[in-house]
Amino acid sequence: MSGKREWEERTYRPFVERTPERAVRFESLSGIPVEPLYTPEDLADRTYEERLGYPGEYPFTRGVYPTMYRGRLWTMRMFAGFGRPEDTNARFKYLLAQGQTGLSTAFDMPALMGYDADHPRARGEVGKEGVSISTLDDFERLFADIPLGEVTTSMTINCTASVALAMYLAVAEKQGVAWDRVGGTMQNDMLKEFIAQKEWICPPEPAVRIVTDMIEFTARHVPRFNPVSISGYHIREAGSTAVQELAFTLADGLGYVEAALARGLDVDSFAPRLSFFFDIHNDFFEEIAKLRAARRMWARFMKERYGATQPESMRLRTHTQTAGVSATAQQPLNNIARVALQALAAVLGGAQSLHTNSYDETWALPTEEAVTVALRTQQVIAEETHTALTIDPLGGSYYLEALTDRMEAAALDYVRRIDAMGGMIRAIDAGFPQKEIADAAYRYQLMDDRGEKVVVGVNRYAMHDERPIHYLRIDESVELEQIEKVRRFKAARDMTRVERRLEQLAEACRNGSNVMPVLIDAVKDYASLGEVSDVYRRVFGLYREPIIF
Amino acid sequence: MAERTVRVVVAKPGLDGHDRGAKIVARALRDAGFEVIYTGLHQTPEQIVATALQEDADAIGLSVLSGAHNYLFKRVLELLREKGAEDVAVFGGGIIPPEDIAGLKAVGVKELFTPGTSTQDIVRFVREHVRAAV
Repeated sequence: MSGKREWEERTYRPFVERTPERAVRFESLSGIPVEPLYTPEDLADRTYEERLGYPGEYPFTRGVYPTMYRGRLWTMRMFAGFGRPEDTNARFKYLLAQGQTGLSTAFDMPALMGYDADHPRARGEVGKEGVSISTLDDFERLFADIPLGEVTTSMTINCTASVALAMYLAVAEKQGVAWDRVGGTMQNDMLKEFIAQKEWICPPEPAVRIVTDMIEFTARHVPRFNPVSISGYHIREAGSTAVQELAFTLADGLGYVEAALARGLDVDSFAPRLSFFFDIHNDFFEEIAKLRAARRMWARFMKERYGATQPESMRLRTHTQTAGVSATAQQPLNNIARVALQALAAVLGGAQSLHTNSYDETWALPTEEAVTVALRTQQVIAEETHTALTIDPLGGSYYLEALTDRMEAAALDYVRRIDAMGGMIRAIDAGFPQKEIADAAYRYQLMDDRGEKVVVGVNRYAMHDERPIHYLRIDESVELEQIEKVRRFKAARDMTRVERRLEQLAEACRNGSNVMPVLIDAVKDYASLGEVSDVYRRVFGLYREPIIF
Repeated sequence: MAERTVRVVVAKPGLDGHDRGAKIVARALRDAGFEVIYTGLHQTPEQIVATALQEDADAIGLSVLSGAHNYLFKRVLELLREKGAEDVAVFGGGIIPPEDIAGLKAVGVKELFTPGTSTQDIVRFVREHVRAAV
């Protein structure tokens, strides 16, 4: 009999019979059963080299770089965007002055869905959930006085990411920065839009084709740019389990790899620039295990399934963000503690970049004060906790390694099911990931409602007289002012040039040539984000979602 | 004659794609025995009111997490009044700051549910405040 079983019978069980354990579910947030104890016996099925290896080497479980945070700390990248371009520009400058090391742009809903500020569908939404962008003029004001050759910028934008990339490159050019010096990341992960974030214009096939155009274009002309950030964040926020987040994200990644291979690209020419984005939720060890499992799984897929030969192609580099959905409106200062613990998990999980949420985001977009606390939380972890001194400090923890293995196995099972459906686009058409997520979200809600999952300050330790907090208001005049500015700007353009560019773009969409070169010319002639999106709508048609709840 | 089952349209107005809450509420109301029509995403106020009239709905539940609630909720109420359908109860939820809640209730939104609300509170609200039209 194993030593662990002997211990259970000799010491643990008799003790539990006398002194019962707490009446809680001993399972991870994703429902993985958690045993009272893990020992070397739980790790007997694989060798150290198979399971873990060494940092900077295949299968990268312990980290993608040889020195990890000893060489360079993770990038502290706070997501910011609201109001007019100049409002966000001021926030960017503030964050850089506070020691932030990269920019991350939030766009408003009209920009994310392909409408200019002056479109009727934009009413009520201009500058509300992010910065308002319609033309290159807005983009120039957004990045005014920010040296694009020195700062890397991440942009959370998807169905209109091609327009944002075109505008970013046009601004760089105007600043005199060569494209091969421009670094940054476009989220541009359309598959997860259909699964979770739900911002789209056209159906999955043409949407992925435009993503592939961008992968191809940046591989050739903007080599420091990550053309896609394959995102689990939204999948998780929409209600998935950690295992589903891991599985669907990697399956989306496989979808892009296959699309790029079908385009005729060599795997090692584009794979090194694929980047990832994961949510970091409350279950501390499960989240660390998820990042480690993701690295190992991706490395194996790239090497074994696609024959990548460069280590850079097998490296899963990831941005992370603390879980917005874990924040509570009740006793909002408690969110600072949640964010700190989640941020620590991201660091112990070996993330390359991190956004920490602000405590007031269940009320509105964050105030400057709340954002500062969130950024300082990362700085405290980096400078005061000494957790960044050695590589993968939790590697070898019996529990963590067993959990990593378990998550990998469960996620692989999902990936096989998606493969059997014919890949992620087919799975989306069938509503498979959407249904899995909706079911998990509903289960979580029922657990909350019944108090089976404790939410501190909400279904336990609630307080009745809560002090109101100060939160950010976006003045209603911002919308009217922005609409007016965009109208005036658009009216002053040379419309013959704009129309000719849009026709060239439509032709590229139809004949299958890469849209990026003509799109860059189009935005330089001030074709707007909404007009480009109209071309996509006209040529590719609109996506209609299956109604699943 | 037995009372007809209450019919609720759960809708996502505007461009915002955050549908986790709307879907959970739709499912909780369905599980509680109401007839639920979920519109799907990115609906204009005009589309939502048309659906409500077409489906003979007794209530509309609106979910907005993009900050555009002031415009979108008010527009739905305005359109219902124009169509003479002000008896359709409008309630909603999302990231809605307290001072906006007061303003929206003043123009006729029956109730607003913010983060941390139990689905049972929403079910109870519909049970107590929405009657099936005869």
